[in-house]
Amino acid sequence: MNAFEIIGPVMIGPSSSHTAGAVKIGFIARQLIRDEIRSADIYLHGSFLATGKGHGTDRALIAGLLGMKADDERIPDSLKLAKDAGMEYHFHGIELRDVHPNSVMLRLVGVHGMELEVVASSLGGGAIKICSIDGLEANICAMYPTIIVHNVDQPGHVSKVTSMLGQKSVNIAEMQLFRDRRGGNAVMVIECDQEVPMEILDWLKEMKGIVKVTYLSMEEKNEF
Amino acid sequence: MSFKSLKAIEQACGNQQKAFWEVVLEEDCMERMVTKQEGFEQMRSMFQSMKKADAGYDKNLCSASGLVGKDGEKISQARIEDKLISGNFISMVMEKAVKMGESNACMKRIVAAPTAGACGVIPSVLLTYEEQYGCTEELLVEALFVAAGIGEVLASRAYISGAAGGCQAEIGSASAMAAGAIVHLRGGSASLITHAAAMALKNLLGLVCDPVAGLVEVPCVKRNVVGAVNAVTCADMAIAGITSQIPPDEVIDAMREVGDVMVSKLRETGEGGLGGTPTGQGILKKLRATIEE
Repeated sequence: MNAFEIIGPVMIGPSSSHTAGAVKIGFIARQLIRDEIRSADIYLHGSFLATGKGHGTDRALIAGLLGMKADDERIPDSLKLAKDAGMEYHFHGIELRDVHPNSVMLRLVGVHGMELEVVASSLGGGAIKICSIDGLEANICAMYPTIIVHNVDQPGHVSKVTSMLGQKSVNIAEMQLFRDRRGGNAVMVIECDQEVPMEILDWLKEMKGIVKVTYLSMEEKNEF
Repeated sequence: MSFKSLKAIEQACGNQQKAFWEVVLEEDCMERMVTKQEGFEQMRSMFQSMKKADAGYDKNLCSASGLVGKDGEKISQARIEDKLISGNFISMVMEKAVKMGESNACMKRIVAAPTAGACGVIPSVLLTYEEQYGCTEELLVEALFVAAGIGEVLASRAYISGAAGGCQAEIGSASAMAAGAIVHLRGGSASLITHAAAMALKNLLGLVCDPVAGLVEVPCVKRNVVGAVNAVTCADMAIAGITSQIPPDEVIDAMREVGDVMVSKLRETGEGGLGGTPTGQGILKKLRATIEE
């Protein structure tokens, strides 16, 4: 831990896990879908469901989906701001399996028709983890530029992706592979030290056997 | 931070002929690859955010649950009317601690130090000192580095969250950090800083985290007062020359040992202690009903 993890962050109260972490989950989900949100179905789990309202978890998640950060003084008014912006949202309770008590599932639709389902957990101190994307396991701390590639589980995809990243001087910090069964749906999660050029992402999307490419940029955009 | 003990920081101070705060600052700059000046200015902005949060207290606000709010103003009034027996310094510390805790519960902007639940302890002491003793902002920023150094050792040897180690880890840690910070404000040595921190932590050892309905409200806001006032008295004891008979790092280890055996119902779940009382459970039920509406 560094000095500013002890003194800091500057945040809207009352809870680093239930408020600041929830804002970050919303914010990262918005970065992942790379679109303004048209509608959000929000499924609260565990402690998020039980004490979320008193901690402002609902307002925090919506604030993040609107592009706010944890210290934004508009967080308490985010529900109204969402209505003004034309964002529809619905809250539900859910029991997710094998997740941290502070977890949420988000089903999002963007204004350009993009769709995304994310399960994320708030781990405390404002740190979060993206647990799954579109129903497939992922394990993303959301601190690095990250490519998430959904592909058919067959030989060759990993080497193509990694050699392309190497050619463009993108260093891989961490890489994880998941699949639901042999020859089924597979996911590559690649956390990088540098931002990944759009041309790589476009090239990847066109590759045979690639189902979906999602990219988490650390370059923050106010608008999409 | 590479320092795993308060003793190691104290020794570095001796070896390098530097103050506690400077050793912490330099170590942090090395780790984050920033210059000393950048690091110092970042901490200054934390101090200024604390000051802004204190000034931004809204005496008309209540939390969403309705359990806390408006109490800071009551202390303020009683203090101004000279009704309180704590004296002007302690009364103002109490007032600022409650105000910050309430601001946090009311979704205002605060600085987690080390956590949001304990956000009133350190600023209440530093800002009262600034108002009543009139020191430079630089000295207060240095004091925040002292607090950060103590907090980093606490986080690495034990914990700083109520969910992990009970309230002793949260308000207790904040109180230890604030006690060390005050000793720096008074010109005390590195050794005195660590002993003030140790005494503050000892006094709150075993304190459980038992929030009503799991919210950072009851008893959290008032425990910020306890943490802050305890910090002042322990700093004064250290300045008077009193030391902790148990070495500071061993006190931190004891906090961890106590936290490790604390059952989960006493670690932020809201099931035990005050949260588990008939009244606490009644409030929980009422709040649940409003959520389902």
